[in-house]
Amino acid sequence: MKLQPYATFGQKVWFYTFLTIAGGGLLFLVLPILVIMPLSFNGSSFLSYPLDGFSLRWYAEVFQSEVWVRAIKNSLIIGSASAFLATVLGTMAAMGLTQANFRGKGAVNALLVSPMIVPIVISALGLYFFFAEIGLNATYTGLILAHTALGAPFVVITVTATLQGFDNTLMRAASSLGANPVKVFFAVVLPLILPGVVSGALFAFATSFDEVVVVLFSAGPEQRTLPRQMFDGIKENITPAIMAAATLLIAFALALLSVLEYLRRRSEKLNSPS
Amino acid sequence: MEQVSTNNNNQSEGLAQGEDEIPLKLKLKRAERMRKYRAMALIAPLFLFILGVFAIPIAIMMWRAIDNPEVVDNLPQTAIELSNWDGESTPTTALTTAFASDLVKAYEDKTASTVAKRLNYDVSGMRSLVTRTARKFNSTQPAMATMDDFIKADKRWADLRYWQALKRASSSLTPFYVLNAFDMKINDEGQITSVPEGQAIYTNIFWRTMWIAGVVTVGSLLIGFPIAYLLANTSSKVSNLLMFCVLLPFWTSLLVRTSAWVVLLQKNGVVNSTLINLGLINEPMTLLFARPGVYIAFLHLLVPFVVLPLYSVMTSISPAYMRAAESLGAHPAIAFVRVYLPQTLPGIGAGGILAFILAIGYYITPALIGGPQDQMLSYFIANHANSTLNWGLASALGMVLLVTTMILFSIYNRLTGASGVKMG
Repeated sequence: MKLQPYATFGQKVWFYTFLTIAGGGLLFLVLPILVIMPLSFNGSSFLSYPLDGFSLRWYAEVFQSEVWVRAIKNSLIIGSASAFLATVLGTMAAMGLTQANFRGKGAVNALLVSPMIVPIVISALGLYFFFAEIGLNATYTGLILAHTALGAPFVVITVTATLQGFDNTLMRAASSLGANPVKVFFAVVLPLILPGVVSGALFAFATSFDEVVVVLFSAGPEQRTLPRQMFDGIKENITPAIMAAATLLIAFALALLSVLEYLRRRSEKLNSPS
Repeated sequence: MEQVSTNNNNQSEGLAQGEDEIPLKLKLKRAERMRKYRAMALIAPLFLFILGVFAIPIAIMMWRAIDNPEVVDNLPQTAIELSNWDGESTPTTALTTAFASDLVKAYEDKTASTVAKRLNYDVSGMRSLVTRTARKFNSTQPAMATMDDFIKADKRWADLRYWQALKRASSSLTPFYVLNAFDMKINDEGQITSVPEGQAIYTNIFWRTMWIAGVVTVGSLLIGFPIAYLLANTSSKVSNLLMFCVLLPFWTSLLVRTSAWVVLLQKNGVVNSTLINLGLINEPMTLLFARPGVYIAFLHLLVPFVVLPLYSVMTSISPAYMRAAESLGAHPAIAFVRVYLPQTLPGIGAGGILAFILAIGYYITPALIGGPQDQMLSYFIANHANSTLNWGLASALGMVLLVTTMILFSIYNRLTGASGVKMG
């Protein structure tokens, strides 16, 4: 987008108006996230500007409080376990979906991505009733299973997309040279689709790490996660400690974003016909 | 496939051409079938997992919307007698006796309160009526009870509408909750009618949900369209940088973004104090726990979902069309509306429907940022499940939300399937 040297006055006005609108939209997206970060370093407990000096006390509060530390631990445990399961199951399913056509494939596909579409309250309520029957409410197992179901569609979608650019003759070459299907997968396929698998896994982890409604319904006090802890904090009394936790999560999002961008570029390089 | 044809070549050396034809076809078919089975075996684990841990639990929950076990299970004799009763004549002694003895049994088993709660959904006040009667009969333990005994226990039993409510609740399946979700009920004459104006809640909630989702969908398209256009029409260096502004909120936790808005929108929060300092307003505005806050927070959540498909569509639109239109004399505004805009319609459709689907399902954000007048379907589903424990109604409202979502998603699927709009 640039202004042509021969642009009329009206075109110039329109051009700058447009830039202001689009720029305003972009600021609306990032500013709220950037503005709350300094508040976590506030010396006093007020959540407004100007800041009363610089202090790390709210971070100390987060890392020294048993409740917050346990919440972080729980989120990491549930997030990584469910991301692992979702990645294994999702990658297998994506391999199957891209390798053959069969009747009812559309319906199967719809079922596999359904956890992504069903409103979260409905999923959470269904799981709550179901877990009540089989005694999985207030257990880690229950939450891990639930989050696996919620995260798996993202793995299926990203890995399927990566496999679309995958050259199937490589697999045939490997098996004609005598490799068994498991060896073909680990020695030939996986290294090539790894960027897709890793971004799927990150998607699944982020889904679990961000999920609060299923946790609200099904978790016991033992399984309190970070989002759950934040939910209670916002509801009862919002302090700069919440902002400190939020800032840590924003840093986490930034790290995630950078890894994904790196993977995307790598995968583009691998798949481009050079 | 490669293997199949090599094997075949080896064999064909010793075989006549004509005999070779059929085994090749068969072998190909067999190999294809093996491939299909292998693919299915790969899909099966996740398929069964989602079915068992997700789809079936939701199906069971939906069943609760029509399931009606309270009276049938806890007052079994009464349920049989009620099916013989016409609903208009005075209840027979067989019915009243069965009801009395079932009530005594239910009182002893401590299930009378379940029945009372269920009946109270239909006719308010029936909870106390049933528990009181059960307690009284439990102390007298009558071998037989007539209509008069019931009226003696509580004179409300003389009114047939309590018996009719009992009869309505005595089938093992009921349309009661689903009708309730649409503010309808079966009246004493057995016809489906709307509930009185003052009691109608859920159609209002449904339309409020649709309205809020509609407003934020249009809003996020209006905000997202210029952003996507800018991203699609600058150098890739600039657009990568700007894309970061879209992707950072996209990847930031929902709770973080919601807490950010709670802080920013407070009475003396950053938004109000900035506006006052700029001299734009004198008094702080009420943004939190009110509709404006909900709209703002929703827009912030949804704009990235609109920008990504729009961007994907816009990058594939050749600038030559616009240039052609302008060189043929069209005013830039007209060229935009007649030439550019129609090409972005798949993106607008996909992004808009996606935003709408997400908006009608949000629970956390309105719960934390909205007031009582801003709560949507999800809130009432959770509320009936957690607080009032009216699981039948929670499931029926869930069914309304789920069916709406599924209809919208099938439209979305058709749009994206046909035009190949990609997310991200």
